[in-house]
Amino acid sequence: MLATVGFASAGLILAACGGSASTDSATTGATTNAADPVNVRVITHDSFALSEALVAEFEATSNITIDFIPAGDAGEIVNRAVLASGNPDGDVLFGVDTTLLSRAIDAEVFEPYVSPAPLRPALVDAGQGIVTPIDDGDVCINIDDEWFAENDIAPPTTLGDLVDPQYAELLVVQNPATSSPGLAFLMATVARYGEEWPNYWTQLRSNGVLVVNGWSEAYQSEFSGGGGTGDRPLVVSYATSPPAEIVYAADPKPLAPSTSVMLDGCFRQIEFAGVLRGTPVPEAAQSVIDWLVSEQVQADIPLTMFVFPAREGVTLPDVFVDFAQRSPTPLDIDPSTIAADRDTWVEEWTQIVLR
Amino acid sequence: MRRLAPLLLAALPIIAVIALVAIPLVTLLSEGLRPSSWQVFSSGSTWRVLVYTVSQALVSTVLSVIIALPAAYALYRLRLPARRILLAIVTIPFVLPTVVVGLAFRELLPFAGTTAAIIVAHVFFNVGLVIRVVGSVWGQLDTRYAVVASCLGANRWQAFVHGSWPLLRPAVTAASMLVFLFTFTSFGVVLVVGDPALPTIEVEIYQRAVQRLDLDGAAALTIIQLVVVVVALAIATKLQQHLTVRGIITETAIRRGPHGLTDYAATAATFIVVVAIIIPLGSLVSASMRVRDSWGLTWYVEAISPSDTSTRATSAAEALLTSARYAVVATVIAVTLGVFAAIAVTLLRRGQASLDTVVTLPLGVSAVSIGLGLLLFSISGPIDLRGWWLLVPLGQAMVAMPIVVRIVLPVLRSIDPRLRDVAATLGASPFRAWVAVDGPLALRATAVSAGLACAVSLGEFGATAFLARADTPTVPVQIVRLLSRPGEANLGQAAALSVILIVVTAVIIGLAERARPRTSQPTATGGW
Repeated sequence: MLATVGFASAGLILAACGGSASTDSATTGATTNAADPVNVRVITHDSFALSEALVAEFEATSNITIDFIPAGDAGEIVNRAVLASGNPDGDVLFGVDTTLLSRAIDAEVFEPYVSPAPLRPALVDAGQGIVTPIDDGDVCINIDDEWFAENDIAPPTTLGDLVDPQYAELLVVQNPATSSPGLAFLMATVARYGEEWPNYWTQLRSNGVLVVNGWSEAYQSEFSGGGGTGDRPLVVSYATSPPAEIVYAADPKPLAPSTSVMLDGCFRQIEFAGVLRGTPVPEAAQSVIDWLVSEQVQADIPLTMFVFPAREGVTLPDVFVDFAQRSPTPLDIDPSTIAADRDTWVEEWTQIVLR
Repeated sequence: MRRLAPLLLAALPIIAVIALVAIPLVTLLSEGLRPSSWQVFSSGSTWRVLVYTVSQALVSTVLSVIIALPAAYALYRLRLPARRILLAIVTIPFVLPTVVVGLAFRELLPFAGTTAAIIVAHVFFNVGLVIRVVGSVWGQLDTRYAVVASCLGANRWQAFVHGSWPLLRPAVTAASMLVFLFTFTSFGVVLVVGDPALPTIEVEIYQRAVQRLDLDGAAALTIIQLVVVVVALAIATKLQQHLTVRGIITETAIRRGPHGLTDYAATAATFIVVVAIIIPLGSLVSASMRVRDSWGLTWYVEAISPSDTSTRATSAAEALLTSARYAVVATVIAVTLGVFAAIAVTLLRRGQASLDTVVTLPLGVSAVSIGLGLLLFSISGPIDLRGWWLLVPLGQAMVAMPIVVRIVLPVLRSIDPRLRDVAATLGASPFRAWVAVDGPLALRATAVSAGLACAVSLGEFGATAFLARADTPTVPVQIVRLLSRPGEANLGQAAALSVILIVVTAVIIGLAERARPRTSQPTATGGW
């Protein structure tokens, strides 16, 4: 019963603050035809989520209906889009990230469109004038604080610490060939150590790093914190995993997460949305992108997708303000370098770490 | 008419395989194969991957069969307490998403991340398949050969080896074939519990096709995979034809109470298998009820009516409804096509082996390659199939159809053709004769296979995920989505949904078992 009340009031609040900003998207959308709603198919990765109420409110006020089509992980949806370039099976693609953007742009997947909304300039620049940034977040080492307190060891603070023998056999990472956080972490080490990165991984290997194929295996079965059932207190995950731990905890919620984030050696991923070239409804597709960076959607993103909004001046939820961390010195690599070398890195990594 | 009927029957399954397997594959090969693909063939690592894939599949298959045989005997020849429940339990692994089982195994097995873990998981998934495929024949086996052997002084072991085993071998071969194909192309299990250093062909295809967009390499690997599958199928089909003995089936299953050491040993083995299946299931149940440091039903309440109001929240009822809808369609398609194919194989004078191979092929071909081929075909071809909802149940039906064939075919093959001749002598048309003689036996096998087809569809994740994505998630898809986030609520709800899926499946399989047509009169259609 309590849950129902929560539903209703949340809906009311959302509807109330939805009023102003929805009008501009309504006008663009309505230029086509007031009677027939235009359907926009948004291809997303599997982790996509937004509040139902926001979607319903947008559809009610804009003469646009949206179908969200989750179609795999980020790599999968981008590669599908590349193959189907010019003849897409959707109108908007959400979820192309920094590591994949060059491939998509080179294949002319997108009709250039950048929303005029006030977005963080660094993110807009990364979109190269072709796609609109929606959010960003860091892939970082997560730490099971309880474990380190119990064992009376100071948790590591830098990437370099991880090869220290006192952290032997404590770290679990994902295979970059099959997992996107795994790939992001590999890139973080490439960004930090440059040509020397293979050397770093050789040391990590002799220090007993455990490799698994996916995020779920790493976090849920091998990591000792955050509800995981394993025995390794260090894992590659997202900088927003600690607040997620609170949001998805059983009631009564704990006051603070049991895990924290190592702020050094984080790889920053920006997620973009773009209008797919060849869509029959480019204008409506643009309206949907405007809506994705609207105040309400951007305020919704932290707690539905656990990432930071790209729009400036969006109020973050308390649990984010308190527990979500941002690396002050995130690592990144030029997208064209990534496009050129990513497969070679993965292959070389496989030789070093797995063979 | 006699010549035409089998061809007509064969047409539908063949068309389905051409449309859903052959055309996508040809598209992938024609667009993907380039001179650079030869690098894959000449690379030593490719052949290491191939040897590894085949070896783990062979070991998994042999172990599954060895473990399943005593249980198949006990469950289908002996009067065991709670037999139906036991049968439902051994079928359950089939519907579980590999990620769920994989994560459970990662916790239970001290050797997760090794080849041994892959094999244990493969046996867990496939032992029920062998029990059902072999059992469906064993239950109706004519025991008089064994009785005769005993009369001639054979001990029970000799009586089995000389009296029953030769008759069982076709079914065992058929089951082994299925398990080999499943484990040869298995994807999720290898990814979740396997050693990241040892990819299988399917994982390599996935990495190249989906992650790297390396169509050349993916196409080359698909060819290698296809060659292995065709060779394996050819061997199995030859064996099966060679081994088939006519007239081994009695119409009614006669189960007796266990007596003697062998029976008790088989019964014990059955219970060990069942317990071994229940342990990981039990760990799921405990995960689903563990709320922080106490126990409760919070995650079930959440799974049934999620308090999360985002687009990723799907109530258990919604997801079950989606799953059920696909399962019904997939089962109908798989059973229709499978039974048609099985009948055609028995009626055809020539080309039996080829038809048999063709309808089993979908099991052995990479789901990733087919998905990619369909995508390429849709982009460049005359028909755009992307996003067509029917692709999901069709894909599932393609996985289930070979199972249907493998269950129905041995039964049909074993029917003494002289019975049909008798019917014809009595004035029945060929159709009428078929209905009167083969019909009842075929129906029973069909019911068994429908249960399994339904289970395959309910649990299917891999093929579905690559073939088409529906905007409404099935239960396994929703479970995997939940598992992709941190926090105990996600883990707990995933476990709760898995338990709900297990219960629903057990009920469906139990009902199918009950609904199996039973012929009332123990007639004398036993052979001669």
